[in-house]
Amino acid sequence: MPAGATPPGTPPTPARAVATRHVVAATDEIPPGGRKLVAIGGRDILVFNLAGEFFAIANRCPHNGGSLCAGRTTGLVQSSEPGRYHYSRQGEIIRCPWHNWEFDIRTGRSVIDPRRIKVRAFPAEVASGAALQAETFPVQVEGEYVVVEA
Amino acid sequence: MNVVSPIQARAGVLGPDAGIAILDCDIHPRARSLADFRPYMTERWWNYLQTYGLRARHGFNKGYVFPKAQPLACRVDSWPAEGGPGSDLDLLRAQCLDECNIAHGILNPLGIGQGDQNNGLSAAMAFAVNEWQVEAFCRPEPRLRASVVVPYEDGAASAAEIRRRAGDPNFAHVLLMSRTAEPLGNPRYWPIYEAAEEAGLPIGIHVFGYSGWALTNGGWPSFYIEEMTEHATSCQALVVSMIVEGVFERFPKLKVVMIESGLGWIPALGWRLDKHWKHLKAEVPHLTRAPSEYLKEHFWVSTQPMEEPEAASHLLDVMEWLGQDRILFATDYPHWDFDDPRTALPATLTAAQRRAILGGNARAVYGFL
Repeated sequence: MPAGATPPGTPPTPARAVATRHVVAATDEIPPGGRKLVAIGGRDILVFNLAGEFFAIANRCPHNGGSLCAGRTTGLVQSSEPGRYHYSRQGEIIRCPWHNWEFDIRTGRSVIDPRRIKVRAFPAEVASGAALQAETFPVQVEGEYVVVEA
Repeated sequence: MNVVSPIQARAGVLGPDAGIAILDCDIHPRARSLADFRPYMTERWWNYLQTYGLRARHGFNKGYVFPKAQPLACRVDSWPAEGGPGSDLDLLRAQCLDECNIAHGILNPLGIGQGDQNNGLSAAMAFAVNEWQVEAFCRPEPRLRASVVVPYEDGAASAAEIRRRAGDPNFAHVLLMSRTAEPLGNPRYWPIYEAAEEAGLPIGIHVFGYSGWALTNGGWPSFYIEEMTEHATSCQALVVSMIVEGVFERFPKLKVVMIESGLGWIPALGWRLDKHWKHLKAEVPHLTRAPSEYLKEHFWVSTQPMEEPEAASHLLDVMEWLGQDRILFATDYPHWDFDDPRTALPATLTAAQRRAILGGNARAVYGFL
């Protein structure tokens, strides 16, 4: 069969959902260390402010479905050998309110098995109101906004 | 050996549980404060409780012997506006009964004076806690059933409390803790079994409690993860004790539900008991059958928290050894290691097995609805 040919009976490839940018909050709505749960296209997405940087991850824990929004943030504790502990990245790890599964807010990857277990991370950025202004419909352009691509 | 079928795996995940009346055999209610028990206590015991407080069989213990993974070992999202997790019936309804589609749930109150050093206070607390469960939870919420809480270190007083509740449909089982002053097969506990059998109530043994002994027979471990794992070994000791002391020869209709103990360890225990019994029958001549037969006939286990072997087929092998009818679903709400019925069971179960574990098996044991 020539390259690129489709075997008979192959179902049509569904169109891949195109990520859209969504304005989810004014930056001052989510202070450093704060979080906001937003719904985008039927998905619950949790937006964090880590010392002025914004990150967005899926709210649902992949283990049993706990809502990460109700969890506490903590740091990363590591050990080079029994009896020695290194604590870092205070506030950058979200812990599920149910079974304590922990996820890196920056990447969505789990602490216990970063390669295989993760929550989806969505690109988040700060954009100025002016940059977000639609051409046809003038909107309020003062201040800056958190934008999530999902 | 069990072979995992991909079709079953899909059915487990996607098959709707609609139509299954789920029975949850482990929900933990909590009093808003000790004052909730006051209406059901005599002035003498209320004053005593106010003056001296509860005293578990454990030295220097204010709080837990091991720290918990979450405050009060509860889900962070289970705290009501006032009071502790499990104390607000509306929140319990919303997060457990409604959210998880629980048709009936059994209340297992913890830390309320069972096994207290003062047997008299323990008996007074048991009576009060039983009245409180009915008035605060079962009457306003017909989906809930109470446990007969007993002062288990006092066999006679426990039997009296069980007989007081016999025939009352609000009560589902008699509640014991796994850590007791002596192994649970000891004759001092037999009045409990006699009264439970007579009342037709299963014995529910929930892990934890205070025995006064170190958690392991090698002494005190260092970490909470060791306490969580230790339940398998302390429950082995109590199962062996109940079997070899002859509890089930004396009380042949007695049913025991092990709650939160896990189940992966049970077949190996049965094999080991049977192996030794072949050589040591003369030491325990009151046993008329192999120990594993008592184990399979008289014990049931709850799901939460269930072992998750790397090979799903191994869990099916364990379930097959136990008997598919022996496994009962539990959420453990509002504790931090709570299980949701939609996600807790392995996807490798058949639809029939799933139905049985979520509700049918428990109905057969408890006999209500």
